[in-house]
Amino acid sequence: MPKPTDPALKASPWTDSDAKPYVRVEKLTKSFGEFKAVDDVSLNIYQGEIFCLLGASGCGKTTLLRMLGGFEKPSSGRIFIDGEDMTGVPPYERPVNMMFQSYALFPHMTVEQNVAFGLKQDRVAKAEIRERVATMLELVKLGGFAQRKPHQLSGGQKQRVALARSLVKRPKLLLLDEPLGALDKKLREHTQFELIGLQHRLGVTFVVVTHDQEEAMTLASRIGVMDHGEIVQSGTPSEIYEFPSSKFVADFIGSVNIFEGRLIEDEPAYVRIASPELGGIIHVGHGISAASDTVVWAAVRPEKINMSTEAPTATDNVARGAVQDIAYLGDLSIYLVKLPTGKVVRVTQPNTSRHAEAITWDQQVYLSWDDSSPVVVTR
Amino acid sequence: MRAVLGRFKFGGRGLVVVLPYVWLMLFFVVPFLIVLKISFSDIDLAIPPYKPLWIWDGEHAPAITLNFNNYTFLFTDKLYVKALLNSLKVAFVSSMLCLLIGYPMAYGIARSRPAVRSVLLMLIVLPFWTSLLLRVYAWIGLLKANGVINNVLLHLGLIHEPLTMLYTPFAMYVGIVYSYLPFMILPLYANLEKMDWQLIEAAEDLGCRPWRAFLSITLPLSRNGVLAGSMLVFIPAVGEFVIPALLGGPNALMIGRILWDEFFSNRDWPVASAVAILMLLLLVPFMMWYQSIQAREAAASE
Ligand SMILES: Nc1ncnc2c1ncn2[C@@H]1O[C@H](COP(=O)(O)OP(=O)(O)OP(=O)(O)O)[C@@H](O)[C@H]1O
Ligand SMILES: [Mg+2]
Repeated sequence: MPKPTDPALKASPWTDSDAKPYVRVEKLTKSFGEFKAVDDVSLNIYQGEIFCLLGASGCGKTTLLRMLGGFEKPSSGRIFIDGEDMTGVPPYERPVNMMFQSYALFPHMTVEQNVAFGLKQDRVAKAEIRERVATMLELVKLGGFAQRKPHQLSGGQKQRVALARSLVKRPKLLLLDEPLGALDKKLREHTQFELIGLQHRLGVTFVVVTHDQEEAMTLASRIGVMDHGEIVQSGTPSEIYEFPSSKFVADFIGSVNIFEGRLIEDEPAYVRIASPELGGIIHVGHGISAASDTVVWAAVRPEKINMSTEAPTATDNVARGAVQDIAYLGDLSIYLVKLPTGKVVRVTQPNTSRHAEAITWDQQVYLSWDDSSPVVVTR
Repeated sequence: MRAVLGRFKFGGRGLVVVLPYVWLMLFFVVPFLIVLKISFSDIDLAIPPYKPLWIWDGEHAPAITLNFNNYTFLFTDKLYVKALLNSLKVAFVSSMLCLLIGYPMAYGIARSRPAVRSVLLMLIVLPFWTSLLLRVYAWIGLLKANGVINNVLLHLGLIHEPLTMLYTPFAMYVGIVYSYLPFMILPLYANLEKMDWQLIEAAEDLGCRPWRAFLSITLPLSRNGVLAGSMLVFIPAVGEFVIPALLGGPNALMIGRILWDEFFSNRDWPVASAVAILMLLLLVPFMMWYQSIQAREAAASE
């Protein structure tokens, strides 16, 4: 039953203005009383995508997903799936399956019956049900567990049953609410890659909710970052990471050093920012769309900062400070460097050689970065 | 005092454990043994109206005469078996009616908002604040020939003659179902309240219409509540006396009625006791079943 991904699918359909989105969300709002859990969200999701909704706890991810599944009525706005208006369609008539945050396995049924449940509702022939369920259980590596009840399974096994149950109906769109939340880190990473593999083989469109940015980066073709019910930015993982559109996104995805400053030179080819926080000038090698003399923030990723004991020749994008703390993580080390201005800068350095002349606590170091490294945001 | 108690390992905790057993001994086991004893003795015109089970003249070994006649009599006279069967039927039908009415109510309460829920639960137990007898008498006022229901129907022109409702099986069922409904609703509610409603969403997500989701998920998962509620109605309804006597009229042949008649009209205590013992024996399997459901429920919620 696994079918190869449709070769006609484009690698990045969201860049193609002619591509028809598979899911179209238009100005969707959901209010609980006065409180807006989802606020004016518009979104296009294309066939074959893994779209991750990423955001802090309580920002409205589950609510948005539940509206896609039909469990929550939007207060306003519309949802189209495959071109059809789904706004008033009940869950049992949508071409969508959902994997619940708590798995929601039927406790009185065996694993096999759980997975077969959806097919039975469609009155699929008995023999076919048996075959499809068996294939699906093999796929999630639960072949030997068909006769167990959910309470006899581990968390990871339950999660795979839930996945099998939602996939066996071959939905066009699969909604997953924190699918890997209950797993330990190792199993989680393993399952993330399994999910991607499954998605490629079955060609299903996934919408995955998560509050783990690493998970989103691993899984997603695109990420929608949510904050207080709004999607503040959506784009590929690298777009979001390299070109965050706001302080919030920059800070939420990975760790980042943010320097507040004032725009002093605004040329088409470069800008210069005077940052009292840094105690110097930040030179950015591309133009930005902001008026001169406004307050802006320059975000610099910790891994893009060079650290050395010798003074660099340049005068911009340079700072001097004392190493305050070091955390050794095996593959890399994190250094916290305190500038004379009081600002603490986070720097990561790969541990490439085992006996590098080590930089130690309280040592004076110079920090510098390339003029292509900072991202300037205006909010 | 405490030292003495302590010597017998009889501290506060021991007392707490022992007290219910003392209570059961005093008010259940002892009366049961007395009834059992009377059921094996002969009727007598005396006070109390039965012959002692053993006679000891002080010289010979005490002579115990167990009299099984009371029991054989119950099976020779068709009246008793008929009453017993009829009681079982009435109890069964009442349980089913309570289930049909009680399930939607319990479901409604379990799915309502918490604030509304406590009000509704309160309304369910509110009738317990007045005596059962008063409430049954109130039903007489509603059901009788010139009672409230007939008057309203006559007034509306829906009927031209008063309906005979009082002293019919109908009135009896109304009374029993009305009185025992809370015993059905409360265990059902307790069960449904623990239900994970996301399972219903999951079922609907998999293409199940709401009614089928109810049949294949909610109903099987509330099985223990259904059984517990049914037993709580069925067991006491078998021996019900007051409601059939007041609403069912003279033809309502219930084992509780027979018991009363044997005791107070015929003053045949031994036969009455035999009836009581028989009824008890009949109900023991149901009670054990109920117990096992309770145990399962407790195990499931751990
Ligand atoms: N039925 C409801 N009634 C009132 N408020 C609700 C309801 N459901 C959700 N909310 C509120 O809406 C907001 C968004 O909830 P939602 O469950 O979508 O968050 P989430 O992003 O999925 O969070 P998490 O990561 O913790 O799962 C929360 O502040 C929550 O309190
Ligand atoms: Mg959630």
